[in-house]
Amino acid sequence: MTAETAEPAVRTDRSAREDVPPERGRGSGLPAAGFLAPFLLLYLLFIIGPGLYGLIMSFFDTSAVKPGLSGFAGFGNYAEALQSGDFWSSLWHTLWFTILTTPPLIIVAFLLALLADRVKHGRWFFRLAFFAPYILPSAVVALIWIWLYTPGLGLIETALGKIGVTAPNWLGDPNWAMPSLALTTLWWTLGFNFVLYLAGLQEIPRDLYEASSMDGASPWQQIRSITIPMLGRTTTLVAVLQVIASLKVFDQMYIMTSGGPNFATRSILQYVYDQGFTNFRIGYASAVSMLFFLVVLAVSAVWFALVRRQEKEV
Amino acid sequence: MSIETRLKLFNRICAGVLIAFALLWLVPLLWALDTALKPNAETTKTTWLIDNPTLGAFSRTLRDTDILRWFGSSLFISTLTAVGAVLTGSLAAYALSRLRFRHRNLVFWFVLAGIMIPSQVLIVPQFREMDSFGLLNTFWAVSLPQIPTAIAVFIFKQFFDGLPRELEEVARMDGAGFLRIYRRIIMPLARPAVAAVAIFTFVGSWNDLLWPLLVLSNPDIMTVPVGLATVQGSFGIRYADTMASAILGAIPLVAVFLLFQRNIVEGIAGTGLKG
Repeated sequence: MTAETAEPAVRTDRSAREDVPPERGRGSGLPAAGFLAPFLLLYLLFIIGPGLYGLIMSFFDTSAVKPGLSGFAGFGNYAEALQSGDFWSSLWHTLWFTILTTPPLIIVAFLLALLADRVKHGRWFFRLAFFAPYILPSAVVALIWIWLYTPGLGLIETALGKIGVTAPNWLGDPNWAMPSLALTTLWWTLGFNFVLYLAGLQEIPRDLYEASSMDGASPWQQIRSITIPMLGRTTTLVAVLQVIASLKVFDQMYIMTSGGPNFATRSILQYVYDQGFTNFRIGYASAVSMLFFLVVLAVSAVWFALVRRQEKEV
Repeated sequence: MSIETRLKLFNRICAGVLIAFALLWLVPLLWALDTALKPNAETTKTTWLIDNPTLGAFSRTLRDTDILRWFGSSLFISTLTAVGAVLTGSLAAYALSRLRFRHRNLVFWFVLAGIMIPSQVLIVPQFREMDSFGLLNTFWAVSLPQIPTAIAVFIFKQFFDGLPRELEEVARMDGAGFLRIYRRIIMPLARPAVAAVAIFTFVGSWNDLLWPLLVLSNPDIMTVPVGLATVQGSFGIRYADTMASAILGAIPLVAVFLLFQRNIVEGIAGTGLKG
């Protein structure tokens, strides 16, 4: 980034750290293999291997109750998935959940980090308040929020009643179930994005603000013309991690609604789970997994394209 | 109003909004705790801090569920995963960062590709694999697939890349081998990275639901999330008991968090931001 303007002293320091082949030459192949072996062995055995095996199974009528791959299905499983209403509706639910959670989880996290960055004292308290829910197991989060949402007794309904608002049947109404799960997720995972933004804010050089306030810029102008542009990389990172995390949603739905009411909250991963482990059709479930993988891959590709462009601009 | 008083007022408003949000965020946790301290019969009253708080719900949970045993399972599995991820990840990252060998970049990209594979699309084949290895209903089945995490290698490599080379040149002149340099020089300096990776993998493994739900069908070795998810229905309308079990299930991680708050936060901040 600063290579052209760097002082010579800095440059020697850099070249010492970067990929300049050292004098001792290339004699480290064998020890390198030794260091890499434990990781690569587990990686091949439990990540790459199953990935390829899943790809193979997706072309067969593999069943969970019979050994082996069973009959060859070609693209049959894929065709069936693409023609299945259940596949598309669960994919849509996952996308709907992603649409409901991503903007608030980015915007609210950004605003709260912005506020926390201005506060001089007690930053640990805000980190604690916003981040603590993130480390709770999903099962705990689900239990707490089912209780908050309980019709007739729940705290949210009571609180809304006090200000004269009639609460919907949060988890029981098919139209409200997904927004309710999104609200729970906002509470649960906001802290992660909050901390990423807080770290990003601390990397912005303070003298930029000082210089601009000398020129009479208001806090609002500073936010618009310094903070938001300087956080471009952070926002890309937060957005992509968030979209991928939201697409992978499973736990909340599984425990809080079991995909109901009337399948209104069945996610794509729960569809995989239902097909593979309830209906025992793991060939078909593998095909659905692969289609889902393509969606995640497409999102990652968009991210790389964005990062590439940002790097060029910088 | 002068600019200074206006700025002061602005800062006050900011702090006020922030505190309001922070309190709002704490309400669900406090309400869960409050409910757990009530007798079951009084949980239907939506009042805070009733007259006769009781620890009954906690003692009933400890007595009637296997929660202590779930703790044991979760602790063992998560420790195994964290130690495994730190060891294998740091060894691999050491080679990728400090050693010269052919196709080094290719190996690094191969490892990074793992970040893009969502672990959930692997559940079906991994289940079959564990079944054929005869590992279903063992701690190994839960832990092993979580050990090779690309993120761990990435964090370690970032950290190692930042350490000056001069450090090991001296040791090399003294004739120290790579393993000795890794153990005696690099790893002791890499404490922050070790802490971040250890905590991440520990928490991730502790909270995981889907995978242990599949491979642990034996109630004797359930993890905390699986146990909580399975007993949830059996509590029925005993809300105090349900909340007590939720709080007990959360305590170990809250303790980890309070102890290592700074490391966790730095770990997150270091995840790819300073790439």
